[in-house]
Amino acid sequence: MTAAAAHAWGEEPLLRVRGLKVHFPIKRGVVFDRTVGHVQAVDGVDLSIARGSTYGLVGESGCGKSTLGRAILRLEEPTAGEVLFDGTDVASLKGEALRTMRRRMQMVFQDPLGSLDPRQNVESLLSEPLRAHGLGGGTAGIAEKIRGLLDAVGLPSAALRRYPHEFSGGQRQRIGIARAIALEPDLLIADEPVSALDVSVQAQVLNLLEELQERLGLTYLVIAHDLAVVRHISDVVGVMYLGSLVEQAPADDLYEQPLHPYTRALMSAVPVPDPVVEETRERILLAGDLPSPANPPSGCRFHTRCPWRQETRCDDEVPVLRELAPGRLVSCHWAEEIRDGVLQPKSADEVAALMGVSVRATGAGPIETDALVQGVDEPIERR
Amino acid sequence: MSSLQGGAPVLEVEDLSVTFQRKGEKPTRAVDGVSFSVAPGETVGLVGESGCGKSVTSLAIMGLLPSRGVKVGGSVRLEGEELIGAGSRKLRSLRGAHMAMVFQDPLSSLNPTVQIGTQVTEVLLEHRDMSKAEAAAEAVTLLDRVGIPDPRRRLKEYPHQLSGGMRQRALIAMALACSPRLLIADEPTTALDVTIQAQILELLKELVVDTGTALVMITHDLGVVAGLCDRVHVMYSGKIIETADRHELFARPRQPYTGGLLASVPRLDAGRGTPLTPIRGSARDAIPWAEGCAFAPRCDNAQDDCLTEVSGSVVPLAYDGPGRELRCRHPLEHPTAPSGATALGAPR
Repeated sequence: MTAAAAHAWGEEPLLRVRGLKVHFPIKRGVVFDRTVGHVQAVDGVDLSIARGSTYGLVGESGCGKSTLGRAILRLEEPTAGEVLFDGTDVASLKGEALRTMRRRMQMVFQDPLGSLDPRQNVESLLSEPLRAHGLGGGTAGIAEKIRGLLDAVGLPSAALRRYPHEFSGGQRQRIGIARAIALEPDLLIADEPVSALDVSVQAQVLNLLEELQERLGLTYLVIAHDLAVVRHISDVVGVMYLGSLVEQAPADDLYEQPLHPYTRALMSAVPVPDPVVEETRERILLAGDLPSPANPPSGCRFHTRCPWRQETRCDDEVPVLRELAPGRLVSCHWAEEIRDGVLQPKSADEVAALMGVSVRATGAGPIETDALVQGVDEPIERR
Repeated sequence: MSSLQGGAPVLEVEDLSVTFQRKGEKPTRAVDGVSFSVAPGETVGLVGESGCGKSVTSLAIMGLLPSRGVKVGGSVRLEGEELIGAGSRKLRSLRGAHMAMVFQDPLSSLNPTVQIGTQVTEVLLEHRDMSKAEAAAEAVTLLDRVGIPDPRRRLKEYPHQLSGGMRQRALIAMALACSPRLLIADEPTTALDVTIQAQILELLKELVVDTGTALVMITHDLGVVAGLCDRVHVMYSGKIIETADRHELFARPRQPYTGGLLASVPRLDAGRGTPLTPIRGSARDAIPWAEGCAFAPRCDNAQDDCLTEVSGSVVPLAYDGPGRELRCRHPLEHPTAPSGATALGAPR
C-alpha cells in the first residue's frame, strides 16, 4: 500500500458503491420489442475506494467489470443501487450537476486508437476537455497547460501538430492518459489500459500511471483481465464473477492466499514466465465455460464449476460478501473450511461428471471471444 | 517429453526471407534469414512482439502468403520435401493433411454460414478417402477428442452458437483431422480468457505427447512459452536474435531484448510495487536490419559497433554455448547463476 493510501485509510472513501445493479433487457420480436429477460451484467456490487489508492478489478470477459466501471461514470444507467462519489450520489445527478461531477472522474480506454478522434490533432484533442469545461484560462493558458500535460506523460511538444495515427500504440495510450488528466480529476477509471499494447510498452504505461498517481494524488480504478498487471498496480483487488464480487482483499494478501475457489482457479491458470514455476505449481482446471449472465446459476453463481462445491448450501443459498479477516472479504459459504484445508477440491473431471458438463468448455454463452476481439467487454444482447 | 520425440526433423526452415513489394514503395523485408527445425513431438516457440515477423513466418511455411507482391526466399522442407516454389495443387494436398494451422481468432477463421460439422468433415472428405457417413462419424470422434461435450449436437450448430473456447477447440479438431505431422498454432489462446487458455494449453500439450506431432507455437506471451515450449526462438524485426532451451532462456537470457522483455512483464508471483523495467521506445522506432543490430536504438548495452557496422554486415547469429544461438555483440552476462534459480528472482 502506498503511503498516501495508508494515510487516507481512516477517512471517508472517495468512491463508495452500494448494491449497484446494471441489467440490460433482452429484446425479441420485430414490430413489438418484447423484453424476454435481462442480462444481469452487474448484480449487486458493493465496494469503496480510498483516496489516493488503486483498486484493481479483475475477472474474465463477460463478468461485468467493464459495465461496473461505466456505471460508476454513469456511462451506463444503473438499474438499482447508489454510487457515492465524495459523498454525492452520482446516480441521482442530472444535467449540469452531472457534467460538473464528471470533470472529477475521467476514464482511460483500452483501445487508444479507437478512443481518439482520428481527425483531431493532439493539440485539439487535449484542449477540447478544457474548453468544454471552461477551464485553462483562455488560449494562452490552455497552450501552457497542454505543454505541461505532454511533459507529464512523456511526449515531446512536437507531438502537438500530429494526429493519432502517426503515433505508436504506447504513445497513443499516453495521449489518452493526458486527455484524461487534463481536467485534474480525482478519480481515474482505466479500463484495460495496457491490454492492447506490446509487453515492452506495457511496462512504460504502467510506470507512467504509477508516477502520475504519486505526483497528482490520483485515485485509480483499474479494470483488467490480466491478474499480473492488476497485482502490480493495485492496493486492493476485487475479483468479479458473473456480475458480483466474489472476493476483495489487499493485493499482496489476495495473491498470497486466495480464499474464494474462483480466485484460486483464476490465479492458477495465469501463466508465469518462468519454466521452473510453471512445472512445479499446481493448476486448478475449471470445468466448463462461464454460464450465461442472462440465466445465472442459482445459489452461489460459481457452484457449477467449483471444485469445492458441497452438497448443502452451494446450490440454493446465495452467499454474501463477508469479512473473514480485516480487509478480506469473500463470498463463499465454505471459505474457512477451504482455507484450513478441511475440504479438499475435486478434480475438474469429477466436477464435470457431477454437473453433467465436459471438463472443457461447454459453450454456454458465445460471449467471450466476441468481446475480446472487438476490444471491449460490451454487454451482450444489447440493441 | 514424449516417447515419440526425436528422429529426423519434421520441419526444416532455412534462411527463410519474405519481402513485401508494393508498387512505388520501398520493399519491406518482414522476415529475414530465419532458420529453425522442429522434431517430432517437439514444441518450438517463436516469440516476439507485434510486427516481428512471427506470423508471416508461419504463413510462409504454410504457403498462405499471396503470390502477388510477395517474394519468399530460402527453403522450407516438410519431412524432406521442399515447399518453397511448390505448386499450389501440391501445397493444397499437403495443407490439412500433413501440416495444419490453428489461428488466433477462431470466429473469423470459421465460416459463419456453415455448420461446424460440415466444416470438420470437409477436411476429411478432401484428404482422406472417406464416405460422408464415415466422415461424420470421424468428426464426432474428433470433437470428442478435443473435449467438446455432446459432439453430435455441436456438429449441427453454427460458429456463433459456440463460445470462444469451443470455437478454438473446433479449429483444433479440424487441424487434427488428418493427424498432421506439423501443427502451427498462431497465438491460439490470445483471444481467450485465462481459465479457458489453461484448458486449451493443456489440450495442446496432451496432443503433442499422444500423437508425436511437431508443434510450432507462435506467441507474444512469455508465460505460455515457459509452460509449453521445449525450445524458444526470440524474434525481433524479422530476424531470430536468440535461441535457447526454455529453461536456459528464462534463467539466463543473453540478448538484452530477451532480458528486457522478461524484466518488463509484471509477474503474478512478484509483490506489489516490484519495479518494472520497460524497454525504451517501441519497435517501430527501430532501424531495420541494414547494418549492425536493429535493437541497438532501444538497447542499454548498445555500443558504437552495434549501430555503425565496422565489418559491413549485420550482427550474425552465432553459437553461444550448447543448444544456444545469439545475435548480439554485447550480451547480458550471468556470472555464476546456479541452475534452477532464475535471473529475475527465485521461484515462488
